[in-house]
Amino acid sequence: MRSLDKPADAEAKHPGMNEPRTLIDKLWSAHEIARREDGAALIWIDRHYVHEGSFHAFSQMTARGRKVAEPGLTFGVADHYVPTRGRDRDIANPEIAAMVRNLETNAAENGITLFGLHDPRQGIVHVVGPEQGLTLPGLSIVCGDSHTSTHGAFGAYAFGIGASEVAHVLMTQTIWQKKPKRMRITVDGEATVGVAAKDIALAIIARVHADGAQGHAIEFAGSAIRALSMEGRLTLCNLSIEAGGRCGMVAPDATTFAYLAGRPYAPKGADFERAVDDWSRLASDPGAEFDREVTLDAGTIAPIVTWGTTPDDALPIDSHAPDPARERDPVRAQYLRDALDYMAIAPGKKLTDIAIDRVFIGSCTNSRIEDLRAAAAVLAGRKSKVPGLVSPGSSLVKRQAEEEGLDRIFRAAGLEWAESGCSMCVGINGDQVAPGERCASTTNRNFRGRQGPGARTHLMSPAMVAAAAVSGHLADVRPLIAGRKV
Amino acid sequence: MEKFVRLVARACPLPAPNLNTDQILPARYLKWPRSKGLGSVLFQDLRVDADGRERADFPLNQAAYRDARILIAGRNFGGGSSREAAVYAVYDHGFRCVIAPTFGDIFAQNAVKNGLLTAVVSESDVAELAAAVAANPEQDIVVDLERQTIACGHRSYGFTIDPVSRNQLLNGWDDVDLTESRRADIAAFRERDEHARPWAKPSVAP
Repeated sequence: MRSLDKPADAEAKHPGMNEPRTLIDKLWSAHEIARREDGAALIWIDRHYVHEGSFHAFSQMTARGRKVAEPGLTFGVADHYVPTRGRDRDIANPEIAAMVRNLETNAAENGITLFGLHDPRQGIVHVVGPEQGLTLPGLSIVCGDSHTSTHGAFGAYAFGIGASEVAHVLMTQTIWQKKPKRMRITVDGEATVGVAAKDIALAIIARVHADGAQGHAIEFAGSAIRALSMEGRLTLCNLSIEAGGRCGMVAPDATTFAYLAGRPYAPKGADFERAVDDWSRLASDPGAEFDREVTLDAGTIAPIVTWGTTPDDALPIDSHAPDPARERDPVRAQYLRDALDYMAIAPGKKLTDIAIDRVFIGSCTNSRIEDLRAAAAVLAGRKSKVPGLVSPGSSLVKRQAEEEGLDRIFRAAGLEWAESGCSMCVGINGDQVAPGERCASTTNRNFRGRQGPGARTHLMSPAMVAAAAVSGHLADVRPLIAGRKV
Repeated sequence: MEKFVRLVARACPLPAPNLNTDQILPARYLKWPRSKGLGSVLFQDLRVDADGRERADFPLNQAAYRDARILIAGRNFGGGSSREAAVYAVYDHGFRCVIAPTFGDIFAQNAVKNGLLTAVVSESDVAELAAAVAANPEQDIVVDLERQTIACGHRSYGFTIDPVSRNQLLNGWDDVDLTESRRADIAAFRERDEHARPWAKPSVAP
């Protein structure tokens, strides 16, 4: 098996105010209320996002006879269980209907603002938070969802938590935590045409492995990261958790501030100017130390797809599936056999020879307007050879896409244009990949059964999903966009 | 929360890597309240086939391992989704300790909040422990959190766990109670923070 390329479990460092500090050092010290002798710190939480799945936590809170401590800092979003079709009708499945209703009740009883099923701002929590200007640089942000790392794209400390911690934050607006170690992933160079933030993220995950960043706060740096739009940075930080990181972050800059200006919940006028002034000082100081450094050259990254059952089973599209017979480590060889068997891929098969049954464009990873534009640029004037579903990241993204005519491109290609939610990424609203079916997907997890029992998932960028759709098999998007405006 | 100090129990080897929370508890059970019996669907899609029949080759289905309270797992156990119900499923099935080379951060955090010990040992020690248990499934393993050791037959293995989690498990601390004792600190922080970061509150919605 590959070695655990990690330093010993050293205690996290707390540099003094006069020493060079990293972004996470600054965020941490701005939120630390108290620190115990064993290293645990009590951390203030600026934003708490809840969703239908937070019901365990609300039950724990109610069992203690408590109410939400800071309803003004707590925001609810209906996303995990919401239907993506037929929203004018009642939800047919009574269990799913109860999940959505339960969130509405908990929000109402506690005075929490809810972006509910019929709110025009409804969408996936990790799309809605940034879109509404709730997610800001310099904040601490939690949500009972592992992809909360997404919000780090703004230079926030954002991480997923479980139900007990959700309950604790509901009751106290604080959390007990140990400071994470500091990891910098620098991506310099220029990504070539057809290579998206998703490809950079998958290249990173393949490099550090699915558990490689455990215990670390990842800071993404370098010219290729700076060149990314906010949408691209959100995709990148979203996938930090697939490398095992507690969070992923990009220091805020002009791109960040331009995105935030005028957002509904963001500061306005002079308050915004003051905020930008403060936010501009969050970037890691020159000479600040990291516990671990990784560097990549964006120019060498090709469009990437996953072949197996963890996100680090990722390879450039022009390569072949692994062959367990050529693997010396018996544990790794067994893993490869199991993964290839589940995915029904012959050892050494050319990746572009893998036929697909359907496509999915959506999820907190890749459902923002830029993602939809990238897929539409490939699909325009072409037909998908397989059925597929497109679920925009939010109802506002959906509206914008319709204003731009993207929905017509998806429909003309033969794909279904649906409402916003977590949908086929996790399948709990009923949007599932059938057992044995193979799906090219813009989502974040190719785990066994993730998109439905027995489903086979290949992760890739929106443009690469579109390329697979029009080809009927995994395909390199680059020849398909040659000469096109992307 | 129940304390964890020392455990003498049978173990079950399940050393495949990357048993993520979708494998531990498939998403379709996330609607269940804990009282419905999440332990009964632990590893459901690995444990039973598409027709609902138990797979004989899955260790938890074998008589010797049915009462195991220690799970010997592979690298990156509990990676993936933050679903705490995955910990409920492991715990409610009867497990009190999982031994693995690495754990998903959020899973490990959820585990300690529920009295489940996540003991980190090297990959070679996991392989040795799994082989020793497979050779003699009826033997008891001793997990001692104070000494941070796992005794199996004549061998003893050290394990690591971060001191914060160790303290919490040994004492059975409840986070909410701990936080209550810090009310004055929280109030002082809030006052400082209003001046330091006036932009941190959401501006009023239009």
